[in-house]
Amino acid sequence: MSDIQTNISGRDAPHADTTFGEVILRTEGLTKHYGGVHALIDCNFEIRKGEHVAIMGDNGAGKSTFVRQITAVEKRTSGKVWFNGQYVDFDGPLEAREAGIETVFQTLALADHLDVPDNLFLGREKVLFNLGPFSILDYKGMREATLAGLKKTGVKIPNISNTIQNMSGGQRQCVAIARTATFHSKLTIMDEPTAALGVQETAQVENIIRTLKEQGEPLILISHNMRQVMDLCDRIVVWRRGRICANLRKEETDGQDVVAYITGAKTQAEYADAA
Amino acid sequence: MAQSQTTHGVGGLTFDASKRHRPPELNVFFALILLVAVFEALGWLLMGDSFLFNTRPNATSIFNTARLTIIILQVSIVGIIALGVTQVIILGGIDLSSGSIVGATAMIAMSFAQVSLVNGQPNPKMMLPEGWQDLPMIVPVLVGICCGVFAGLINGFLIAYTRIPPFIATLGMMVTARGVAKWWSKGEPISFPTEGYAAIGKGMTPVFIFIALAILFHLILRYTVYGKHTYAIGSNEAAARMSGIKVDRHKVMVYTIAAVLASIAAIVLSSKNLTAQAGMGTMYELDAIAMTVIGGVSLSGGRGSILGTVLGALIFGVIISGFTFLKLDAYYQEMVKGAIIVGAVVLDQWRQRRAASRT
Ligand SMILES: Nc1ncnc2c1ncn2[C@@H]1O[C@H](COP(=O)(O)OP(=O)(O)OP(=O)(O)O)[C@@H](O)[C@H]1O
Ligand SMILES: [Mg+2]
Repeated sequence: MSDIQTNISGRDAPHADTTFGEVILRTEGLTKHYGGVHALIDCNFEIRKGEHVAIMGDNGAGKSTFVRQITAVEKRTSGKVWFNGQYVDFDGPLEAREAGIETVFQTLALADHLDVPDNLFLGREKVLFNLGPFSILDYKGMREATLAGLKKTGVKIPNISNTIQNMSGGQRQCVAIARTATFHSKLTIMDEPTAALGVQETAQVENIIRTLKEQGEPLILISHNMRQVMDLCDRIVVWRRGRICANLRKEETDGQDVVAYITGAKTQAEYADAA
Repeated sequence: MAQSQTTHGVGGLTFDASKRHRPPELNVFFALILLVAVFEALGWLLMGDSFLFNTRPNATSIFNTARLTIIILQVSIVGIIALGVTQVIILGGIDLSSGSIVGATAMIAMSFAQVSLVNGQPNPKMMLPEGWQDLPMIVPVLVGICCGVFAGLINGFLIAYTRIPPFIATLGMMVTARGVAKWWSKGEPISFPTEGYAAIGKGMTPVFIFIALAILFHLILRYTVYGKHTYAIGSNEAAARMSGIKVDRHKVMVYTIAAVLASIAAIVLSSKNLTAQAGMGTMYELDAIAMTVIGGVSLSGGRGSILGTVLGALIFGVIISGFTFLKLDAYYQEMVKGAIIVGAVVLDQWRQRRAASRT
């Protein structure tokens, strides 16, 4: 199961860019229904090592739903997912993370009544003694790592011992981003990470993304900010009404072109059935 | 700039560490002091006697130790239950079954704790076949704890895996466990425990057991992963799930621990009374919830502490004892108990709204 290319049946994702490393994540026919709502329909998606891919699309297009299927927050209705050369069907978000997928969810997934270090290490606490569920927490270690992690985001937080409920939207978002930036991963996913951020903080987060690029770590970035996407990503995948409707290399497109795909004015030939 | 040095600030913001937020337990503590003061004043006004202090001429201590002992002894058994209820409520759930688990456990454990001979005659209340009497104390204790584990696992699995609301699941257990308690001996009380078993509830031992368990669970909630996850789930269950916490497994664990604490309370209570009856522990679940809520544990989950609950238990005890001291009818006690529970919840809601308006 080491060479993913020989193990994948079915068609190749169009426009697969072979200038990057091997495929790190690939989905085939990924579909999610919420009762009668078809939120995600037959998605074939691929990202390679070192590649930064943007996902764009209108509100409700299915972008976050796609993220929830990959990270196993929800059980997919149908479709296949390969990660890091292996067919995967994660049993919950913990397994996805242990496999190496770090995610900033759109809802941020923070616990309101806990403070910053607690949230940063939620679900993977540093411990002094391992006693199973009753392991002793290493508060000091977590606090120090938190301060280091937050520096990267450039966030301003007066007191990291404050609970999340007393923080501004941007501060919360920075905590969620610091959470992924503190840990090493094979794939980072950010669902609208800068939606609530000020100019300076946005620049800092974009710097984090550039650092990931330099380190060759792949990224899926969901964003409504065209400038940001054009600045940071190699490829843009456009979602519309639950389907992928375009897969564009950055050099071959521009902002207006992408907008045309998002609004439905244009659809790529390969995805004509999506129209 | 005469600003005090920042200790935790990130990104150049200053934070005045000398103005720490007042811990909510402190408010509960003040409430306790205030309440004692009120009873003290009422005592002098209405009864011409002190509530707290010793007024007898041959006093050996300043405080009325007899009264204080009764207060703490009275709350320690329900207090043990409240330690578990605290964890369940912090988790964002509720447990209505603890009182009935006390009844069922007391009956079952007691039947393993009986002596074979009473005054030289065969034990008239013998429950189990001959040969099952005079067992070492550890046997009924383990049997009792197993009852708790069993009931707690059922609660936990129902809530975690069938997604029944905790209110309904534990209500079902409340009715069922009470049924078990009555069925076990067909309504007969079970009496005559061994000396070893009787020692568990003797004198001040229940108080020591309560204090030891309170310290243990205070440390567990504060310093272990188990505690952190309990708060995280109560605070935002979806976020906890997304962060990789095994929420379902954790819920089973918390409900099981709560039921085990209820069964420990049952052991202590039946030992103290030297008998077990099917009606034992009736309404204890509400008393335990009251202590918890008075202690500042939020019914919407995510907030509160064992220390708060212990203080809540003391407030509860002071109120009961104060009413007895003022020679108020027991009926009034129950009415006021109800009012206190509602009042504590209203206070909690108000605190939350205020916290929300600060964001
Ligand atoms: N749990 C759910 N139950 C039912 N429908 C859902 C659920 N979650 C999402 N949907 C629906 O699925 C569709 C896709 O939602 P999704 O959150 O993926 O949109 P999105 O592309 O991330 O939009 P946005 O840019 O606003 O974040 C929407 O129509 C939404 O209403
Ligand atoms: Mg979204």
